[in-house]
Amino acid sequence: MATRALIHLPDNPRRGDVVELRVTLGHPMENGLRPDGFGNVVPRSLVTRFECRLDDQLLFATDLYPAIAANPYLAFFLRAERSGTLVFEWTGDHSFQHRETRPFNVRA
Amino acid sequence: MTLRSATFAAGLLATALAIGLAVSLAPVHAQPAPATTNRDSKDTRQSGLAQMSPPLQALQRDDSQNPAMLAVQDGQALWRTPAGTSAKRCADCHGEAERSMAGVAATYPSWDAASGRALNLAGRVNACRVRHQQAQALPVEHADLLALTAYLGLQSRGRPIAPPADARLAPLRAQGQALWQQRLGQLNLACLHCHDQRAGARLGGALIPQGHPTGYPIYRLEWQGMGSLQRRLRGCLVGVRAEPFAADAPEWLALETYLASRAAGMAVETPAVRP
Repeated sequence: MATRALIHLPDNPRRGDVVELRVTLGHPMENGLRPDGFGNVVPRSLVTRFECRLDDQLLFATDLYPAIAANPYLAFFLRAERSGTLVFEWTGDHSFQHRETRPFNVRA
Repeated sequence: MTLRSATFAAGLLATALAIGLAVSLAPVHAQPAPATTNRDSKDTRQSGLAQMSPPLQALQRDDSQNPAMLAVQDGQALWRTPAGTSAKRCADCHGEAERSMAGVAATYPSWDAASGRALNLAGRVNACRVRHQQAQALPVEHADLLALTAYLGLQSRGRPIAPPADARLAPLRAQGQALWQQRLGQLNLACLHCHDQRAGARLGGALIPQGHPTGYPIYRLEWQGMGSLQRRLRGCLVGVRAEPFAADAPEWLALETYLASRAAGMAVETPAVRP
């Protein structure tokens, strides 16, 4: 199935508000060490990087590592200063890439 | 050693002790129980949701955070995707699930006159696939089957579990009740010893829930994914060190039918999150 993501955004924050963003990516986060039901090692498949941008401005980025569970869930804060388009991007092994965009509207 | 048995061996103690729908390793905060799922104040039944920590409850209640909604999105896509040699989509016959499937999942397991046997929701999906889509039946725990049942279950969220008053289900329900009361495994425990007699107590630090199947298929943090009621029951059987029934054994359906009658009237929570 297609890669899916859940993104929790605050409704219309006021300028200057500190708001929490929560993102979940549907991804197995295979660490390359587990055997499957037949004893064969499941190849490594990890999301290794997450970045959140407002238009072109980098707001938040993190590296992800093998011990992170499947469907990685990240929560982070940002100060609402201007409206724009939030871009969420996950990259990982085997050229994995997933991108979501959401409008971000800040009230004066 | 298979993956499953390796997993079980690694977590043997935890698994053996964690005989419950909600295995909370985090301390459960003392707080007033959230709105229970039943209207009758004398009804002491309680969903496992009420015993989870507030952050986990919040995770389940917010669709923009509930990880089971990833599977629901898959289910919605599958509903609209042609399957099998007929190339029919579920939506071709049933239309929009939001309307046609509202409240349907709450009535399963129910009797299927065409095949002359009871079916749970996953069995119904498979019957539809074979009969109308000319597609292969999906194995239990297949991601697509979990996704479709999660999507269908969501259409009944908030509605009371309403097992059909069908006399043909009675023998199955009785068999399920007998299984519920039957001691099993090396630990020689029946379901009722924990989930009726000791619900609310602790077993190895984990709260024992009453065992009502209100939210299946669930996203379980321990599984890092979705799973059916059968998978959960299998975990309990392994927990009491009994050999689980075969994947297609009638015992699962019997237990599911009995549990549905035991939870009748409680609100459907699908897709639920459990620890």
